[in-house]
Amino acid sequence: MSALTIVAVLVLLLVVFGLLFRLQILSSIFSGSFTRDIGMSNSVNAVLMLVFLVGGGGWFAYSFVENYSKMNPPIASVHGHHMETMFWTTMAVIGVAFAITQTLLFVYAYKYQYKEGRRAYFFSHNNKIEVIWTIIPAIVMAALIFAGWKAWTRITGPAPKDSVVVELMGKQFNWLVRYPGRDLKLGVINYRLIDASNDFGIDLNDQASQDDFTVTEIHVPKGHPVLFKIRSRDVLHAVYMPNFRVQMYAVPGMPTRFWFTPTTSTDEMRAKLGNPNFKYELACNQICGKSHYAMKATIVVDEPDDYQNWFASQKSFASQNPDLVASFKKKAIQDIAKPTAPAEPKEVAPVPLANASF
Amino acid sequence: MSDMSAKPNLSAGVQTAGGVGTAPVSHTEHGDAHHDEHEHHDQHWLWKYVFSQDHKVIGKQFLITGIFWAIIGGTLSSLFRLQLGWPEGTMEWLTPVLGKWVEGGKLNPEFYLALVTMHGTIMVFFVLTAGLSGTFSNFLIPLQVGARDMASGFMNMLSYWFFFLSSLIMFFSLFLETGPAASGWTIYPPLSALPQAIPGSGMGMTMWLVSMVFFIVSQLLGGVNYVTTVINLRTRGMSMSKLPLTIWAFFLTAILGILSFPVLFSAALLLVFDRSFGTSFFLSDIYIAGQALPNQGGSPVLFQHLFWFLGHPEVYIVIMPAMGMVSEILATNARKPIFGYRAMIGSLIGISLLSFVVWAHHMFVTGMNPFLGSVFMFLTLIIAVPSGVKVFNWLATLWRGNIRFTTAMLFSIGFVSLFISGGLTGIILGNATLDIQMHNTYFVVAHFHLVMGSSAFFGLFAGVYHWFPKMFGRMMDEKLGYIHFWLTFAGVYLVFLPMHYIGIAGFPRRYYAWTGFDSFSQFADMNKFISVAAIIAFAAQFIFIFNFFYSIFRGRRATQNPWNSTTLEWTTPLVPGHGNWPGEIPAVYRWPYDYSKPGSETDFIPQNVPYSQTQSSNLPYEQELAD
Repeated sequence: MSALTIVAVLVLLLVVFGLLFRLQILSSIFSGSFTRDIGMSNSVNAVLMLVFLVGGGGWFAYSFVENYSKMNPPIASVHGHHMETMFWTTMAVIGVAFAITQTLLFVYAYKYQYKEGRRAYFFSHNNKIEVIWTIIPAIVMAALIFAGWKAWTRITGPAPKDSVVVELMGKQFNWLVRYPGRDLKLGVINYRLIDASNDFGIDLNDQASQDDFTVTEIHVPKGHPVLFKIRSRDVLHAVYMPNFRVQMYAVPGMPTRFWFTPTTSTDEMRAKLGNPNFKYELACNQICGKSHYAMKATIVVDEPDDYQNWFASQKSFASQNPDLVASFKKKAIQDIAKPTAPAEPKEVAPVPLANASF
Repeated sequence: MSDMSAKPNLSAGVQTAGGVGTAPVSHTEHGDAHHDEHEHHDQHWLWKYVFSQDHKVIGKQFLITGIFWAIIGGTLSSLFRLQLGWPEGTMEWLTPVLGKWVEGGKLNPEFYLALVTMHGTIMVFFVLTAGLSGTFSNFLIPLQVGARDMASGFMNMLSYWFFFLSSLIMFFSLFLETGPAASGWTIYPPLSALPQAIPGSGMGMTMWLVSMVFFIVSQLLGGVNYVTTVINLRTRGMSMSKLPLTIWAFFLTAILGILSFPVLFSAALLLVFDRSFGTSFFLSDIYIAGQALPNQGGSPVLFQHLFWFLGHPEVYIVIMPAMGMVSEILATNARKPIFGYRAMIGSLIGISLLSFVVWAHHMFVTGMNPFLGSVFMFLTLIIAVPSGVKVFNWLATLWRGNIRFTTAMLFSIGFVSLFISGGLTGIILGNATLDIQMHNTYFVVAHFHLVMGSSAFFGLFAGVYHWFPKMFGRMMDEKLGYIHFWLTFAGVYLVFLPMHYIGIAGFPRRYYAWTGFDSFSQFADMNKFISVAAIIAFAAQFIFIFNFFYSIFRGRRATQNPWNSTTLEWTTPLVPGHGNWPGEIPAVYRWPYDYSKPGSETDFIPQNVPYSQTQSSNLPYEQELAD
């Protein structure tokens, strides 16, 4: 019933507006062919310009302050703190430019509205002014570029040698996680070996694979550099961890990497936020299909001792899948008998993300 | 359409040269002798309105097709805003329209992705490229440079009909059983290459690619025409340094299109090969749907390079025509010369050149070599400089003007405001370091919707309101225009400013719902607010659509030069026929921005008035030319 009333009211309103519109047209036709006289509506629009500046600016300031606390995902990495400073510094710089230019725009629009008898000032160019407003932004940009470039080379530079290595593999629609085990070497993987029992396509004939282990929840030690080696086995995905200010695509056929140092353990963050259920989350941030929006993993940042205990308690993938190991052994024997080996398991050359020598 | 067939009414409201002496070319004198040469009176309506070679008709065809697409694109966005605003709500009531895409009261997540994909494709290509530059380049170039028509009317006609064919294919793809393309408007493979990955990558993607190939053909046919016309068909005296800024903008836009669209063509072609003929340009090491694919050695990142080599110039293809028109409209209605005419041209050229060397800023975190990231960050942030010059020049144009708030003027001021707001956040996103966090979040969505989406739309509206009298010989209603403007202007800010907050909080784009993440749980109310604002702003566009179509038939009759403008299109008859000027084409003597010149009786001197007739207002160097 209420829906019907709303519809009826809307229809009636439309009819009223239509009639008003028609009346206005008829009366203006009555007053002859189009000559634009500049009357009330010009000053109304001029005043609205000012109202928009003050009202809109006020609303912007209010809503910004109101929402500020919700905007910043709590930071938990070393470079994240630098990025945060740079972000808000840049925001302040563009905020100043924003305030000045918008104010001038609307104030000029109001102030220089049409006035009977006044003539606009014929002022076609001034090269000195052009040079000034070319050079000042250029200097500001140069400073921002320099700061950004310094941080960028540091963040994307080579990972420290002693980094904890974690391999992430994106698939529709979850993340697979692999650790190198005690030998600290990730074994060879090959996408042709993937099947229901071997999600990663781990080549169990490789010696380095024997102690690799897979988990569902990522653990990393606090205060220690962590290197994520990132792969995808189907479409593009992206590793996005807003709390660590980390993002890197997962590309099929091209391993990528990102390293960072976590600064706050999960427990510390829970205490800090007063939220006992807090978890560091990893979201997929490159459209990947139906459940893209639910492709999630969680990360636990442990104290270094806890991390070592956790690491030591993990059972290797091989030891948990004896059948798979056996089938690999059989295949290996067959392969020796047959000279045509299957596609050479290849360790694809690492992208120069971490090793770039510039 | 009855109006368009009306013979040019030379006496109606002719206001030659605004009273500054007699114009050198009297229209009535030469009269009908030329008339018959250039006009074909007894054309069948099919050749006159449908397969027309008249640039003005073709421009209107682009405009009306563009409006059609804008309604579709806007409707799609309202649908996904409903989903984002009320992720728990029921969509049952939409079942009659969406059919099987609503399952148990919920929108199908794959259909959601199809919605965002088609919204992007339609808005970027079909509305803001074809509908904006297609309309105004066609309509204004011959009129403003003083040409009878485009260099090749036939190619121009083909340009529209290829666009029409492309539109038809894209439109039908919306109704496929498996849905339209759904891998984002950037169609990154492997998602777009493998129907196993998402059903939209089946027939939907095939049709997307075929449609886009025809679209590119249309753009190239149009672009070659625009460039040729501007270079070769300028009237006597119309040197490049006397061109209105609109023409400069269209000219450079066409060059960008000619140079970059073929690269998209190649990307599309290679993707077709990967999809249908088993090649591996973009595919490697893929295990999907229980099967390891044979493709090896391809690179998905290669596709992104090819795509963005078009994709980035494309945003300037969208925005530059708007910049040109806004410059023109601001000067006309502030009754002041555009400030820094040459600086405006220089900054357009600077933006055009830079637009080709910044594409990889879309790819900072794709695993691209970080050294490239540094280079592209440097080149990207430099674009802020010529963009800033343009903004300052627009502000200086308003300064000490005598502003008449026509609807077109309101939209032009709105354009400058939105361009500033959206452009500034580009400084954040162009910084590779900050992009690590901001990439693919709602911060990006907010940024480009302001700087290229809404701004370009405002340019489009400004252009339509301003040149409507030239198109149809009638005026659009101003009061409705004001309401349309203020609702849209407020609406755009209410939608996109809060979207920045959500982006800073890290909300990823192209998410069907954020409810699965604790990190993205805090802005449910804000998303509702944005959805409401978006739907109201979209509804306000129907005021424009009503005003537009109503005014074509019943609007008030226009005068020949309703805005007292200086450029050549206003020297044509009220509704110019094929050939534009019934007599000789007027010659041009001066730049297009002689507004409020000291010493002149009127506050504008049209381009076709020689200096010899304006002794009182000539500057010293102009006086030399007059003698």
